[in-house]
Amino acid sequence: MAEAHPVGFQWVMEAKRRGAKVFHVDPRFTRTSAVADSYLPIRAGTDIALLGGVVRHILENELDFREYVLAYTNAATIVSDQFADTEDLDGLFSGYRPDTGSYDTSSWQYAGHEGHAEITGTGKERDSAAGLRHESHGMPVPAPAQRDETLQHPRCVYQILRRHFARYTPEMVERVCGIPQDKFLELADAWAANSGRERTGALVYSVGWTQHSVGVQYIRTGAIIQTLLGNMGRPGGGILALRGHASIQGSTDIPTLYNLLPGYLPMPHHADHETFDDWVDSIRHPGQKGFWGDSRAYAASLLKAYWGDAATPENDFCYDHLPRMTGDHGTYQQVLNMIDGKIRGYFLLGQNPAVGSAHGRAQRLGMANLDWLVVRDLFLIESATFWKNSPEVATGEIVPEQCRTEVFFLPAASHVEKEGTFTQTQRLLQWREKAVDPPGDARSELWFFYHLGRRLRERLAGSPHPRDRALLDLTWDYPTHGPHAEPSAEAVLREINGYEVATGRPLSAFTQARDDGSTAIGCWIYTGVYADGVNQAARRRSRHEQDWVAAQWGWAWPANRRTLYNRASADPQGRPWSERKKYVWWDPDAGEWTGYDVPDFEKTKPPTYRPPEGASGVAAIAGDDAFVMQGDGKAWLYAPSGVLDGPLPAHYEPAESPMRNPLYGQQANPTRKVYEHPVNSVNPSPPEAHSAVFPYVFTVSRLTEHHTAGGMSRTVRPLAELQPEMFVEVSPELAAEAGLTHLGWAHLVSGRAAIEAKVLVTDRLTPLRVDGRIIHQLWLPYHFGTEGLVTGDSANDLFGITLDPNVLIQESKVGTCDVRPGRRPTGPALLDLVADYRRRAGITPQRRVPIVTTDAAGGGDAAGSTDERSPQASADEHDGGGDA
Amino acid sequence: MPDANSLYGPLDPAPDAGWTDAQPRMGFFTDTSVCIGCKACEVACKEWNDVPGSGLDLLGMSYDNTGALTANSWRHVAFVEQPRPAAPAADAPGSSVAGPQFLGMPGARPPGRGTGAETRSDFRWLMMSDVCKHCTHAACLDVCPTGSLFRTEFGTVVVQEDICNGCGYCIPACPYGVIDQRKGDGRAWKCTLCYDRLGAGGTPACAQACPTESIQYGPLDELRERAAHRVATLHERGVPQARLYGHDPTDGVGGDGAFFLLLDDPEVYGLPPDPVVTTRDLPRMWKRAGLAALAMAAAAVAAFVGGSS
Amino acid sequence: MSAPHRPVGDRFRRYRSGRGGGEQLTVPPAEFTSYYGRPILKPPVWKWDIAAYLFTGGLAAGSSLLAAGGQLTGRPALRRAGRVTSLAAVTASAYFLVNDLGRPARFHHMLRVAKPTSPMSVGTWILTVFGPAAGVAAVAEAAPWLPERGVLGVGRRLLPAAGRAAGLVAAATAPALATYTGVLLAGTAVPSWHEAYPELPTIFAGSALASGAGVGLLAAPCAQAGPARRMAVAGAALELWGAHRVETRLGLLSEPYRTGVPGRLLRAGRTLTAAGVLGALVGRRSRLLSGLSGAALLAASVATRFGIFHGGVASARDPKYTVVPQRARVDRRAAGS
Repeated sequence: MAEAHPVGFQWVMEAKRRGAKVFHVDPRFTRTSAVADSYLPIRAGTDIALLGGVVRHILENELDFREYVLAYTNAATIVSDQFADTEDLDGLFSGYRPDTGSYDTSSWQYAGHEGHAEITGTGKERDSAAGLRHESHGMPVPAPAQRDETLQHPRCVYQILRRHFARYTPEMVERVCGIPQDKFLELADAWAANSGRERTGALVYSVGWTQHSVGVQYIRTGAIIQTLLGNMGRPGGGILALRGHASIQGSTDIPTLYNLLPGYLPMPHHADHETFDDWVDSIRHPGQKGFWGDSRAYAASLLKAYWGDAATPENDFCYDHLPRMTGDHGTYQQVLNMIDGKIRGYFLLGQNPAVGSAHGRAQRLGMANLDWLVVRDLFLIESATFWKNSPEVATGEIVPEQCRTEVFFLPAASHVEKEGTFTQTQRLLQWREKAVDPPGDARSELWFFYHLGRRLRERLAGSPHPRDRALLDLTWDYPTHGPHAEPSAEAVLREINGYEVATGRPLSAFTQARDDGSTAIGCWIYTGVYADGVNQAARRRSRHEQDWVAAQWGWAWPANRRTLYNRASADPQGRPWSERKKYVWWDPDAGEWTGYDVPDFEKTKPPTYRPPEGASGVAAIAGDDAFVMQGDGKAWLYAPSGVLDGPLPAHYEPAESPMRNPLYGQQANPTRKVYEHPVNSVNPSPPEAHSAVFPYVFTVSRLTEHHTAGGMSRTVRPLAELQPEMFVEVSPELAAEAGLTHLGWAHLVSGRAAIEAKVLVTDRLTPLRVDGRIIHQLWLPYHFGTEGLVTGDSANDLFGITLDPNVLIQESKVGTCDVRPGRRPTGPALLDLVADYRRRAGITPQRRVPIVTTDAAGGGDAAGSTDERSPQASADEHDGGGDA
Repeated sequence: MPDANSLYGPLDPAPDAGWTDAQPRMGFFTDTSVCIGCKACEVACKEWNDVPGSGLDLLGMSYDNTGALTANSWRHVAFVEQPRPAAPAADAPGSSVAGPQFLGMPGARPPGRGTGAETRSDFRWLMMSDVCKHCTHAACLDVCPTGSLFRTEFGTVVVQEDICNGCGYCIPACPYGVIDQRKGDGRAWKCTLCYDRLGAGGTPACAQACPTESIQYGPLDELRERAAHRVATLHERGVPQARLYGHDPTDGVGGDGAFFLLLDDPEVYGLPPDPVVTTRDLPRMWKRAGLAALAMAAAAVAAFVGGSS
Repeated sequence: MSAPHRPVGDRFRRYRSGRGGGEQLTVPPAEFTSYYGRPILKPPVWKWDIAAYLFTGGLAAGSSLLAAGGQLTGRPALRRAGRVTSLAAVTASAYFLVNDLGRPARFHHMLRVAKPTSPMSVGTWILTVFGPAAGVAAVAEAAPWLPERGVLGVGRRLLPAAGRAAGLVAAATAPALATYTGVLLAGTAVPSWHEAYPELPTIFAGSALASGAGVGLLAAPCAQAGPARRMAVAGAALELWGAHRVETRLGLLSEPYRTGVPGRLLRAGRTLTAAGVLGALVGRRSRLLSGLSGAALLAASVATRFGIFHGGVASARDPKYTVVPQRARVDRRAAGS
């Protein structure tokens, strides 16, 4: 955190100054470790084993916050007797369909709900990253579930959890992660000791957790711990994602994702959501508890905001103008489609996939096979110049004179050169003013899209084609100002907030949304940010002039609520759990919920409220159902649906690992998304043969001195000079083993690429004793590329494409490689080197990645040491893009 | 009448320099125990003061690619990776002597490292943001022959770039090796403690940018108090290595305007253990020179009057 | 330490002292710590101009004393050679000093202030007095070549007197000019310069006398060269005594003066000085031998000046010379308290 988020880290240091104990778990000793009280080295990709160990430690020692767990979680809920755990199936859950590599989740349901599973194992949910839409939804639970408040029922969630995590012992944690048992117990005890009635703990994670083939389950495991310890919905608790850069939260709320519309409304699928009603009902689940019951109003208001006067109840608010998903439109599928010639044009906005995305070679080969590419960025980045100076130009795979892609580079205004909001991890919107005018031709994204839309509409005016109606019917009437006709960002925020169509009056709460076309809302969860016609995100009342919740600084969605599910900060009877952690509580005299924050509960619904038989939507939420967006009002320790790779987290080895999974027969996530494509490959892992060809684990992350793909730091001298060269960090032991010298060159080889870097030999990396053997880990920064003041090979080139099944995030935090002293070859010889490794590793065009682990795949590594390289690599192993 | 301690000893430098309306003496307290090595200070300094680039060299000195304070780097973050602590007593297994309490490298013992977990359990990564010390007795200022270097009303030491003629005398005079000549420019440059910002009531850019309050700016008296308190706290928390550096008005430079809390000996960070302002010995030097001059004159006279041919 | 896979932290951390090869140190420190072996101090940025100036400044001082002596005791050859050399040397000095500035065009900024705490400022004012005086004295030597009538005729009549007065002013200033440079070097944090502050002025005074004497031996007939010989002996004595002191008295900080290039220069200086003095004494009847001796003394002075200069630079470049004595001081204090 000190490395990548030094500014946020000030609060960790502040806590430490006040006596907090700081633990740091990381494959390498970082700037965070340097100021932590305790550092735990870990083998990359094994966090579920560590966290699972914490879950077990809590359960076995009964360290959970039992009253909280009983009242607010599904610990007591009885699960279907058809459910079979990884314990029973050696690493698989019941319902696995080998043909699609996905689960039929019927058997995961609560007892009595077996027929209601939404997901039946077709893989369609995975293609559309359906898991992501539950970021704020919660999944439906059709009817009241059976519970055993004594937690003794063998099929209650609590007991299932105990059995599932029983094997995650401290010994196992040490064996899998390489973390000494005493260090692990110190961590687990400290976590539990700082949770409960009087204390709370927050869990803060970043992309080191998410960018894995089991990334979602990492967070799930953290969530189970936080829920067991009563750290959700309470002050000082929670799970917070530290995003890679500013307003990533905002770009999920108002998404730049193919499967979501603003406010987490799912993008309709062409087969399932033919009509507006089909679509809306798939969101609101008629009969279900919770606030999603009103989603028809949110959806109608969104379409009304899009298409204004043209959108009427009679034409389903122009629902047919909405594009439909047909399958996987994720960024990696897109790249493969580009290589295959299926995609002609591409917009890149503040993104540098040539450096920042996994499998850089595939990214560049894809972009080199377009008709046109628009790049909007602050500087000329690698994704705009790949056609003339990428590694593929050196190898002859891209010939500048023949590259067909026409690249349009349009300079962009930076965040200080335009106004707008940032939404941070606490869902807090903060308005920022423009500080300076953008230089030269640089323009804001708002300007770009507004004027692009305006010109397109001018071109299409009078078009008789129905296909052009969606564009022509859009409301596209933002006021502009200044010499360059900059659209008003406040006007956009106002539209996002929503307004009454008849009067134009801004709405003040999403409960005012209507499904009759009388309201238009750009993003329903943001309703209130422009309440009373005032830009609430621009509020900057000093913390000295308000209480510690600081509700008048900026504006948090929803409804300026700073902590979600804060009903859980009071006990079932509505009383604060403790005076120290008092936050939101029931005031019996006033007959309403009150406290420091906006209560995340119906204001006047008493704790004693019990829904009448047959109630649905909000009315079905009982007075002690704190998790109001969930189908059963409970926090889910066990997720009967919504997570595609299992109702509980299980440790799987990364897609590429030098180790056999010590926990289960199943080696890697059986539902991970693997693209079988000539350009893509996965290094073999045990029990498959030849895994020793790539004996080392490598992981990548950020340096404080650089920003992501380097476009904003390698181009700036005061930053570039602070970390001027690509390097790789190795332990003294690995340096000795591989013959590397400090500040000398090394090159790293995976099945995709070979890159070179200067060597830093440092004690900050250490070999780990894991499952009886020594595992060497290497660390690389991923900031370097061919443009800017400082250049170097891109670490992400080493990665292949393997994705998490829930949200289609790539596994780009761990992989396997070989490392050798000296510089890499250049030109075609580079391809030969990689091809030789592929041949030795048995990566042939015929090979299929073993998704489900079978013993048949076992076998020794026949290829022997790296010295047995063959200089001849047959031409058919150059199975790259080929069409560049 | 100059202060008896004008050349050496405790002194309030601004009034001594002739400021009748001197401000409270301002300075930095850099607490290295909370430094996270983010180098925001280096960048903020360069941006605000428009300091040119200092080269694109990978130095291999941990994460330090700046190397030293130079004419083009007025803040410099030092990185020290310490496999073992300086205090050998802490090595004994089971010893109750508190070694560096920071952290443990792994207890798992890979081959080739058979010295026991203890040798790895005290790995430290020290970071320190170094800067001009703005000495009470600033040798650079004392020896400057043009008056380019001067003492400000805040007690800080600043080079006037329109006066400096690049004689270079201040550079070897500095006992900390701070001030430096800029190549291609010829003049001497160093931290100004953001004199322009101070004058406007602002905070120096580095202190403003520091996220963890490792760099604290304020009246020196207040900072010294705060620092003493911090050292006491760290000692209580089992960090006996914490010590102040440059805080003592009776030290060889009369105390620094920018002083530090260190976790090891100063030389570990590239600081001199016991710097002394060269001007301390100046009266004796002139005396010696006078004697030598007399001897020279006497020898010359003798050569002409004493001989026969 | 040379193992290729040493971690960065170990690299450069500790140094064994005494790697100069076999020489006994009076203070043998076990080991010391530094930051990656980097110098703590900034070595002087002065180029060779300043070392050269140390010589030319001393030469100017020594030869102006020689000139004054010749003037007062009726040895015109010494007077003439001394005055001319003095002007030439002080002119070269001015060139070296200005040339070494980072901003030569701003040399006059030196005259903004007069600062007793700045040896360079003091030196500037010494030079400001000495230079014109030496110049007038030297120009006065041209008086016989001026026409007898007219304005220049007035000059011809007045110049010798002005020259005499100026010569005496220059001579009176000369000892200061020759010795302030010792303070100039010692008035820094450069360990082997600063700690040598008691000796540096003496060495420089001696070197100045010897170089002035060298000019006398070169330029004057044997009959007039007696005072030059005696000056050579006195100068050599001061120089050799001082150099011996700095090479032995300073413990670890003497090391830079005995090793490497500075060590070789100082040894050469010593040999040349001895040879010069010897030649001057035994060759009092030989113009050739006297001349060679004078040349040897001049060369000796050059070598000594460059030796002292580079010895200091070397002591600033190696953190050992900064850390070890200071660490010893701290430890002594800690032990004493």
